Amino acid sequence: MIQWMSRMLIPLIVSYVVGFGILSNRPVFEDFLAGAKEGIKTVADVLPTLIGLMTAVGVLRASGFLDALGSWLAVPASWIGIPAPLIPLVLIRMVSNSAATGLALDIFSRYGPDSFLGMAASVIMSSTETVFYCISIYFGSVRITKTRYVLPGALLATAVGIGVSIFLAA
Amino acid sequence: MLNYLWGFMILAGMCWGAANGELEVVAQGLVDSAGEAVELGLTMLGIMSFWCGILKVGSQAGLIDWLAGKMGPLLDFLYPKLEKGHPARQPIAVNMVANMLGLGMAATPAGLAAMKALQQGREEPSNRHIATDPMCTFLIINISSLQLVPINMIAYRNQYGSMDPLGVLGPALAATACSTLTAVVFCKCMDRKNRGRKVMGE
Repeated sequence: MIQWMSRMLIPLIVSYVVGFGILSNRPVFEDFLAGAKEGIKTVADVLPTLIGLMTAVGVLRASGFLDALGSWLAVPASWIGIPAPLIPLVLIRMVSNSAATGLALDIFSRYGPDSFLGMAASVIMSSTETVFYCISIYFGSVRITKTRYVLPGALLATAVGIGVSIFLAA
Repeated sequence: MLNYLWGFMILAGMCWGAANGELEVVAQGLVDSAGEAVELGLTMLGIMSFWCGILKVGSQAGLIDWLAGKMGPLLDFLYPKLEKGHPARQPIAVNMVANMLGLGMAATPAGLAAMKALQQGREEPSNRHIATDPMCTFLIINISSLQLVPINMIAYRNQYGSMDPLGVLGPALAATACSTLTAVVFCKCMDRKNRGRKVMGE
């Protein structure tokens, strides 16, 4: 039911907006084109950040540094209740959504989506955002370099999200 | 801050790869992920431009005004410095709703538009590299994740043979609620701390 509703969401919104536009006598296609043109600019603005962060994550993963970091952090992480296999996921989740999704799917195929680790990974992916990626595209787009209390606030919210995720999955 | 993080990621990966004699693997990883980034960019180009177009249709027809009006009390609470009629209120409202519905590709362009509106409304030109309170609130709440139904994760769980793909729904809602609540409380505390000091206004 929920899946069905989610699938219906996009068609519903799109037809509602376009229908509403036609009924209010707007030149809907011209409006659409003007917006889509802005969209292309938006993507062009975001793409350098995407390439920079994804290659950096690719380098970290390919070098094996990420796995090493995971094993160094395994002991301190276990003190606060984070299981070792989740550490790379938690770290990469801050930087790249697609790389984190890849790690979550690794966990699914290794431990099963219904296991504790699979469930924890599912909830973490659902309740956190890519902290550094968001900060860099949003602030980068308006050339803000002094980010004040954004990073502590974002990390705090993310830590709470991860903590609650692991607690609820157990 | 991001300069150091990014530099660290690149250098740590290179050094670690060199120390293990696997620099070729690292180079291959670099090339592969650069390609992946462009593939993702192409997907984004299609779907984000589409959503931007739909957003434009909606805003020209007055739907976005209506939405921002409906969300007025919430926006007043979260952004006390953005008075009624501030040009950032509409994109912020769209961004929040799109995030809640899980439409990230529609949320990002609205969020970038909100940032631009927050930056353009500023008076002091010398402080333009410093984030304002509304900018900080906007980003922290955004990063706390607002998504109500994690539709992608449900689909992946299904694909990987979960007996209960929807089982993630309840815990995800609870975790999202906790992290967003933390974000709101944190931002409110910072707002209060900065009140009266008149550091960076709108």
